[in-house]
Amino acid sequence: MTKHLQRDLEGLERRTLFLAGEVEEAVRRSIRALLDRRVELAERVIDGDDEIDRHEVELEEECLKVLALHNPVASDLRFIVACLKIENDLERIADLAANIAERSVSLAERSALPVPPRIREMVETCARMLRQSIEAFVRGDAALARRICAEDAQVDQANRLIIQELLAAMHREPACIDEAVELISVSKNLERIGDHATNIAEDVVYLVEGDIIRHRTKRAPGEQAPAGGRSGPSAR
Amino acid sequence: MPAPGPQPRTRERLVPAERPPVPVRAALGPPEERAPLAPSTLPQSNARSSGLFDAVRRGEPFQATIHPSVARETPILEIEHLDLWYGKAQALHDVSLVCPAGKVTALIGPSGCGKSTLLRCVNRMNDLIENVRVGGRLRLAGQDVYARSVDVIELRKRIGMVFQKPNPFPMSIYENVVYPLRVDGERDRRVLDEVCESSLRSAGLWDEVKDRLAKSAVALSGGQQQRLCIARAIAAEPEVLLLDEPCSALDPIATGRIEELIHQFEGAYSILIVTHNMQQASRVSDFTAFMYLGRLVEFGATDEIFLQPALKETEDYVTGRFG
Repeated sequence: MTKHLQRDLEGLERRTLFLAGEVEEAVRRSIRALLDRRVELAERVIDGDDEIDRHEVELEEECLKVLALHNPVASDLRFIVACLKIENDLERIADLAANIAERSVSLAERSALPVPPRIREMVETCARMLRQSIEAFVRGDAALARRICAEDAQVDQANRLIIQELLAAMHREPACIDEAVELISVSKNLERIGDHATNIAEDVVYLVEGDIIRHRTKRAPGEQAPAGGRSGPSAR
Repeated sequence: MPAPGPQPRTRERLVPAERPPVPVRAALGPPEERAPLAPSTLPQSNARSSGLFDAVRRGEPFQATIHPSVARETPILEIEHLDLWYGKAQALHDVSLVCPAGKVTALIGPSGCGKSTLLRCVNRMNDLIENVRVGGRLRLAGQDVYARSVDVIELRKRIGMVFQKPNPFPMSIYENVVYPLRVDGERDRRVLDEVCESSLRSAGLWDEVKDRLAKSAVALSGGQQQRLCIARAIAAEPEVLLLDEPCSALDPIATGRIEELIHQFEGAYSILIVTHNMQQASRVSDFTAFMYLGRLVEFGATDEIFLQPALKETEDYVTGRFG
């Protein structure tokens, strides 16, 4: 029985990594589409979302099958639970990438307002957080996972600053309001990607240490929540 | 976009001492620069090695890991530094364990680890075996079980025991149940009837046998015989119930009935159960003790042992990777 379970767990891990690779690619393409104003790349991301959804459902079915057939306990059980939660976050990240891609299509048609440099920085942070959260999962590296959780506050802060900048731009140049609104949406989507990468990192801590740290890794003391939306991790 | 196909991997590959490095490339680079993440070593866990095997090899004392959840309970049975020898062979090594009152404590571990030996120490069943020596202390509700003044027969009335194989006496169902009272000299038919009915009801057997109480108990099915043994054990109103693999000779339905009983008894009796069935241990018990090589290795709340054991040895055993 152990060999069967081990084989199935390896299968789950392979599928999770495969899904993670697809999602990471979608995020990367959506960001390139935005920065380089490449509509065809954006359309590939939007079209590819259904495929990612299908893989997510398949992975979930596999997880449920392994749970039902093997009655796993301890680290095996935590691993399957982590896979279930991680695939959910990955699927949401893919949706957010598709949203960014849609905004990119819209922005590519206009060119009055440049993409704020802060968005470029945020893009790099979010992409790195996603990559590292999956890396932490693969390596069972709870310390790395905790560092990712701590990084989420930076992304939230960047999002707030970008929104402030874009609001100021709207006041200065009412003609670019449409573009600024699209960019605010991009920024919010990126911030949510950071949240989901944080969720994955939190799941890795649970996987390795059995400790549920969700709702404990909130923003730094004294920091205020932004108006009109959540900014901490764990948006499920 | 095909799903990744299966890749053969050897067992050695699964548990290397160090995890392989994961290639990391810039997430924003072109596709050809991005390497896929290498699969991991499963499972990922921070359970630490207790050094049990080294301690045993060197003949050094071994310190069991006791979770703090145990200390919050009121003890009924306190086992302190218990050693037991069968002749020259030592079967139990410095076992210290506290069984919480009104709770179910499961003893798990591979064959020969000393679970049943420990169970039999509680009601001094080991006294019946030649050349057995016991060291350390074992207290039931504060009273030393191995004190010279203890009347073993009286002690065993306080501790009910059910064995792996159902052992109804070759007499009627009724006489089986009231046997402990008969031994005590109880003759009042009303009292006997009352205890018979209440015990059989508690054991979930009354409805099945109420019309044939005078029939031989041996004619009952295996599951019914085992519930009859439980009824007999609780007829004496014991403080502790010892169950030594009570379901290993039963089918899944009869097993389910016994497990329901154990659940119903919670609070009324303090139960110590030995089981080889890990899922049974996780289903029925509040606390679980993992034993190996005559030592207590880890003891804690059952959810702690089955979700996040502190020790690698326990984790390997409950996940079936032992050996």
